[in-house]
Amino acid sequence: MSGMQLTLGPVLFNWPTDRWVDFYARIADEADVDRVCVGEVVCWKRAPFRDDAVAGVIERLARAGKEPVVATLAMPTGAREMRAIAEIIAEGLLVEANDTATIHLLAGRPHVIGPFLNIYNEATVALHRALGATRICLPPELPLDAVRRLAAADAATEVLAFGRAPLAISARCYHARVHGLTKDSCQFVCERDADGLDVRTIDGRDFLAVNGVQTLGHAVTAAVHQVGALREAGVAALRLSPHSCDMVAVARIFRGLADDRIAPDEAEAQLAALPLPGPLSDGYLRGVAGARRLHEVD
Amino acid sequence: MTKAPLELVCPAGTPAGLRAAVDAGAHAVYCGFGDETNARNFPGLNFDRSEMRDGIAYAHRRGAKVFVALNTFMRAGATETWTRAVDDAVGAGADALILADAALIAQARERHPRQRLHLSVQAAAATPEAIAFYRERFGIARVVLPRVLTVEEIARLTAAVAPCETEVFVFGGMCVMAEGRCLLSSYATGRSPNMNGVCSPPSHVAYHERDGAMLATLGGFTIERFARDEPAGYPTLCKGRFSAGGVESHLFEDPVSLNAVELLPRLAEIGVAGLKIEGRQRGRAYVASVVQTFHRAIDALARGGTVDSAAIRALTEGQRDTTGAYKKAWR
Repeated sequence: MSGMQLTLGPVLFNWPTDRWVDFYARIADEADVDRVCVGEVVCWKRAPFRDDAVAGVIERLARAGKEPVVATLAMPTGAREMRAIAEIIAEGLLVEANDTATIHLLAGRPHVIGPFLNIYNEATVALHRALGATRICLPPELPLDAVRRLAAADAATEVLAFGRAPLAISARCYHARVHGLTKDSCQFVCERDADGLDVRTIDGRDFLAVNGVQTLGHAVTAAVHQVGALREAGVAALRLSPHSCDMVAVARIFRGLADDRIAPDEAEAQLAALPLPGPLSDGYLRGVAGARRLHEVD
Repeated sequence: MTKAPLELVCPAGTPAGLRAAVDAGAHAVYCGFGDETNARNFPGLNFDRSEMRDGIAYAHRRGAKVFVALNTFMRAGATETWTRAVDDAVGAGADALILADAALIAQARERHPRQRLHLSVQAAAATPEAIAFYRERFGIARVVLPRVLTVEEIARLTAAVAPCETEVFVFGGMCVMAEGRCLLSSYATGRSPNMNGVCSPPSHVAYHERDGAMLATLGGFTIERFARDEPAGYPTLCKGRFSAGGVESHLFEDPVSLNAVELLPRLAEIGVAGLKIEGRQRGRAYVASVVQTFHRAIDALARGGTVDSAAIRALTEGQRDTTGAYKKAWR
């Protein structure tokens, strides 16, 4: 056994509360993952709808033997948002920090770090470890060579292995903009796109996806051909980022890869058979453009 | 309370650009070394070690400061490239270092306890808590604020983080995404601001003619279309034309540049320390004329006069301008 863990990242999209609760119930009951992140990362306007449901979801995950983690906003800007993060920290659960402000508020308490902080080198890993980080999900654009160096220096690293890569965050809401609205009057139009709204080039090629104030790649990161190398490098965990497809099946595939029970080609075929929002890509880990598909030459 | 005069912080892409900006009245210029340690790592730009020493000496003789930007993130396994750049900038007499990587900031503070450090916009510190993180641990003296804030948020933040100074962008190209947190360029090309100091790099740009129109591509993705008689602009990814929800538009941002001139009186009142002009890649003549015009505006404000907005608007070279997030237009 490798001991490589699986982390289910937070749902990045604005799923209706019922769907969101049902998703986590099934994950709790059926998904073979070690740790599950719950919490709003992209837009604070979405959070109140789920406030009443969060505690129940966390309890159910814990009962099912999954370590619950409360993920926090990637770009808090106002005092209200900071207060909300302070309240989450005060509850005492394991927190996933996604902004430097949150690290400051954590004041040395043990925490994990999501993929939104700029941690590109061994010195920055060491700095955050000294500040209480017990697990660090690396930025999605890091190539395998860099991941190897960081994992060799410190075993607390996690790598995005599945899901659309988060690429950017803005003060402007693109979902609202597409619909002729503004962020303050958004009518929660982002709820219509469970995996984000596809963005194509003007000549019709799939390119990006928007999710409120966030922009993601259109392709679905799938590190199937790198899991062996990541394991050998000493990477502690693989992150699976939720989509509308069967995440229990996705977890099963990556558990098979992590434990070296299924071959990468077989894993690729199984993933490709799922109804994914885009083609599989691993360009970032291969050190080429992030959009590059599996086997595609740059 | 008497506020310190606004400091005009101007771009210097080359030694000649530095001299032009200083001669035009810049209170401070910012520049970087010609390698991956700075976020404008473009061919033909930036300073070697001796040019940096000479440039700083030139500025100091004329009463101007030089801030050296070392604002990319250290590459795994090659961190000494960045720490050496820190040592060299300090040795050359830099008045401040503009840094983004938390570990580089820590090392700069440790190696040079008395050196003035500024937090780069690439560090994306937009809250009192994020700024306190760098201030309390590493004693940063100033933070360059992300362009995601409204002016009133800037006012609250400036008051909250004092005596840490704030600096805001007022003119030039602008990012619509939070700076330092954008991987769009590497998604299309493999090269990014954080890792390589480049965004939408020229090496990955191509122009093709199709059906009587000119298409501009980046990493093979079409970013913009120009009519045959229209000047073909540069395909910066976030300013491109895309299709979403059946609508073709400049989805992220129109091809506009930032012009916050109308906000200068309020920014002065708020007590921001620095007004930053973007454009290390721009020519000497352009930089000199922008600097002169802003310098006159700041002088006018200091005397209680009004700012000549038309003169500044004329500098946008016919491009449309915007106040970005500053006036709450994005909310």
